[in-house]
Amino acid sequence: MRVSALTDDARLLRPAPEREDLGCYRTAGGYGDGLTGDDLLAAVDAAGLRGRGGGGFPVARKWEALCMADGPRDVVANGAEGEPASLKDRYLLCRRPHLVLDGLERCALMIGAERAWVYTADAVTTASVHAALRERPVAVPVVVHQAPHTYVSGEETAAVRAIDGDEALPTAKPPRPFERGVGGRPTLVQNVETLAHVPFIAAHGAKAFRAAGTDSTPGTLLVTLSAPGVAPLLCEVDAGTPLDRVLDAAGLGWTPAGFVMGGFAGGLLGPQAREVRLSYEDLLAAGSLLGCAAVIALGAPDCPVAVAGEILAYFAAETTRQCGSCVRGTQAMRDVVAQLCAGHASADAVEKLDRWGTTLRGRGACGLLDAAAHMAASLMREFPVLVHTHLGGGCAICAAEQSSPWREPAAGRFAVAIDIDLERKDAA
Amino acid sequence: MKVKVDPTKCEGFGICAELAPQVFELDEWGYAAVLGGRDVPAALEDAVRRAAGACSVAAISTET
Ligand code: SF4
Ligand code: SF4
Repeated sequence: MRVSALTDDARLLRPAPEREDLGCYRTAGGYGDGLTGDDLLAAVDAAGLRGRGGGGFPVARKWEALCMADGPRDVVANGAEGEPASLKDRYLLCRRPHLVLDGLERCALMIGAERAWVYTADAVTTASVHAALRERPVAVPVVVHQAPHTYVSGEETAAVRAIDGDEALPTAKPPRPFERGVGGRPTLVQNVETLAHVPFIAAHGAKAFRAAGTDSTPGTLLVTLSAPGVAPLLCEVDAGTPLDRVLDAAGLGWTPAGFVMGGFAGGLLGPQAREVRLSYEDLLAAGSLLGCAAVIALGAPDCPVAVAGEILAYFAAETTRQCGSCVRGTQAMRDVVAQLCAGHASADAVEKLDRWGTTLRGRGACGLLDAAAHMAASLMREFPVLVHTHLGGGCAICAAEQSSPWREPAAGRFAVAIDIDLERKDAA
Repeated sequence: MKVKVDPTKCEGFGICAELAPQVFELDEWGYAAVLGGRDVPAALEDAVRRAAGACSVAAISTET
């Protein structure tokens, strides 16, 4: 993993490779005075901060809903980054835990939360948060809850269910957690990158926050880029920065055949997407999603059809088997793309795949089925000629793959790992 | 009236789509979803209520 700030205005990344302890965070101005209460809410609203877990929902709207809720309420800092190609949330909790806890504390006090949780999905992250809480407890009681690392464990209703002691499985909505969450109480579930932006807004105000980014996606973003042959790059960019800039910083030196966007949730984009600007609105206009801003660049060893097939196989394996449309739909889409790669798909099956890309959306209790449908639809939209070539078995990459005995599943091949030594202390 | 199908409960028996095909849409495998908004036109409310009552796994809920 490499870390690089591609902005003069880095707010989330820290150049030092060590974990930031309490002393360093305070020296950098952390846990200082700043806006509180309604002033903080107004600043978050004027800053236009949007949820960085993938949905991009306006943060101030969620906070207002919680402020208006009756009775006791809770907050969850969601760090269970389910997208295999993303590592920003784990980076923040492992290397800058105090920045997240500072944001969590300010948020909890603003909405009047009685209890808080930090929701994680691996032992290293959990240990880092515990260590930070020992250094400085937060003003409301905090419990660290570690869930299994699955695609859906970070989905907000799955998080609530896991914290309630059940399995980390999504439930049908409504109700959403802000209406009925942990223990039945209204609960704010907020991504950790989102919370990490809050101390900056509290200290410097909305105008300073908007000095970076676009009108609709103000501020900076953490982007995870992975590509064959290079170490994954985590960078902070001004929202609206062209993808090209990130590719250059990663030292790619070759033209990608396409991209997987938004984690796996934004589907595929063709090679032209290297010019796309990284913002919610630009990715949406391109038929994709910014999501958690993880990008996989596809290179010479990758056939986009085969990559779609691997990711659909991953979704078919990660379905929680709660919704019939998801169980049957992910399997069906996976099978058609596998037939394409094997060179024996029928035109009829491909037509069905195209249809499922639209008709299966919105039929599951969570976003996994939508993401799988998006993958199928984007394959057809972005790579129609390539799909056609596969109908006749004319893909050399896939033909070679078919003869190799075993292919690592997508989660394994595209998953990025965080390398961090929690014991190592800062020199300062 | 508003209606929703809980996709985690639906077993795909398709009774709802027989009783109110304008509201419940089945996928290729027979699982139901309410598409095109959760608001039920007044003329279809009775049919939706019947569907909710007929669904053997209580996957359909209505709200007035
Ligand atoms: S859509 Fe799929 S993954 Fe999501 S809850 Fe339903 S079965 Fe589980
Ligand atoms: S009647 Fe109930 S179980 Fe049958 S398809 Fe409709 S919602 Fe599903």
